[in-house]
Amino acid sequence: MENFNYYRPASVDDAVKAAKAKPDAKYMSGGMTLIPTMKQGLASPSDIIDLGALKNSGIAVGATVVIKAGTTHAEVASSADVKKAIPALAALAGGIGDPHVRHKGTIGGSVANNDPAADYPSACLGLGATIHTNARKIKAEDFFTGMFSTALEDGEVITAIEFPIPKKAGYAKFPNPASRYAMVGVFAADTAEGPRVAVTGAGAGVFRASALESALGKGFAAGSLTGAAVPAKGLNSDLHASAEYRAHLITVMAKRAVDAAK
Amino acid sequence: MPAISMKVNGEAVCGDVEGRTLLVEFIREKLGLTGTHVGCDTSQCGACVVLVDGKAVKSCTALAAAHDGADVTTVEGLARDGKMHPMQEAFKDNHGLQCGFCTPGMVIASIDMVNRLGKNLSEETIRHELEGNICRCTGYHNIVAAVKAGAANM
Repeated sequence: MENFNYYRPASVDDAVKAAKAKPDAKYMSGGMTLIPTMKQGLASPSDIIDLGALKNSGIAVGATVVIKAGTTHAEVASSADVKKAIPALAALAGGIGDPHVRHKGTIGGSVANNDPAADYPSACLGLGATIHTNARKIKAEDFFTGMFSTALEDGEVITAIEFPIPKKAGYAKFPNPASRYAMVGVFAADTAEGPRVAVTGAGAGVFRASALESALGKGFAAGSLTGAAVPAKGLNSDLHASAEYRAHLITVMAKRAVDAAK
Repeated sequence: MPAISMKVNGEAVCGDVEGRTLLVEFIREKLGLTGTHVGCDTSQCGACVVLVDGKAVKSCTALAAAHDGADVTTVEGLARDGKMHPMQEAFKDNHGLQCGFCTPGMVIASIDMVNRLGKNLSEETIRHELEGNICRCTGYHNIVAAVKAGAANM
């Protein structure tokens, strides 16, 4: 791994100042993606700004569920408040990586990285979350802009994710047998504004499956999805699965997500 | 070069590290505690798992500099007064290892599992919770038996 200058600011303001002073700097939260990426030589930032000292973790449940950016997957998975308000979100967090990764990895880091096969972006888009940053609030629809890219500007840092509480929601993923990342993951939610279905792992980035959402308009039940499909065109095709297979999996996982919804 | 200090197996230690120095490199190369292993380069195998402030983490995927002030337990810190930890004892009694390379990570991960989930672990829970620890010898069967027995004795 290439060497870098290491900073550990104690406040968001100091972190942003440090990032603005160093154009090639990268923020690090739990480091569960960034450190392996640097070890492989796929990233070699000049400076690492570690957000670990911000101690920005915690969960507040009111009319919405607000999870601070530095909250680990293990904390979300084991939170009695999250399990009660949005059980699918706790279950999703409990299925990321493995127990050791969940002790380090954070929701803010996962959302900022926007890995096309990560789990959290599907919950953000599926629930219609709002991403809070040091500068503004961004709707999930506007936040995820494609493979590993987001609406975050240089130096902008996520401070919290705010999730509306759905009537019910479920998440189902088909993990890659080796990497355990989602080959296809579907987050389905019955919300005040109607059904929402977000898909991860299948495309260049997380996306809403409008064909499945309109099918669920007939009733939020797995049976409503029979015959509904997302077109294979534009989906990922690689040694693990063809685009057609991923398209097939989307409907299968959507049915499982709806079946599991509570 | 950041100067760090931490507690490892109850003893205060310190050293200068580079930004890129991994926690596992600090443990193995600076402290000479080679019981913590590196089995892969992709954060998948779990041979490097240690307890940091009581929680299992992959020390190959953690910067040493980020652990200034941390309380770390490695496999060398488990025995007490020359007597093995119950989980170590259970791995021995149940033949929960063959080559032994993954064992330090398996033992630490299993202790973390008991700390989080209690002593009464089902086979299904144990298998699921060992998702982050890979063994190429045993087929896991005796590891699962060892974790079940070790948990009950903790």
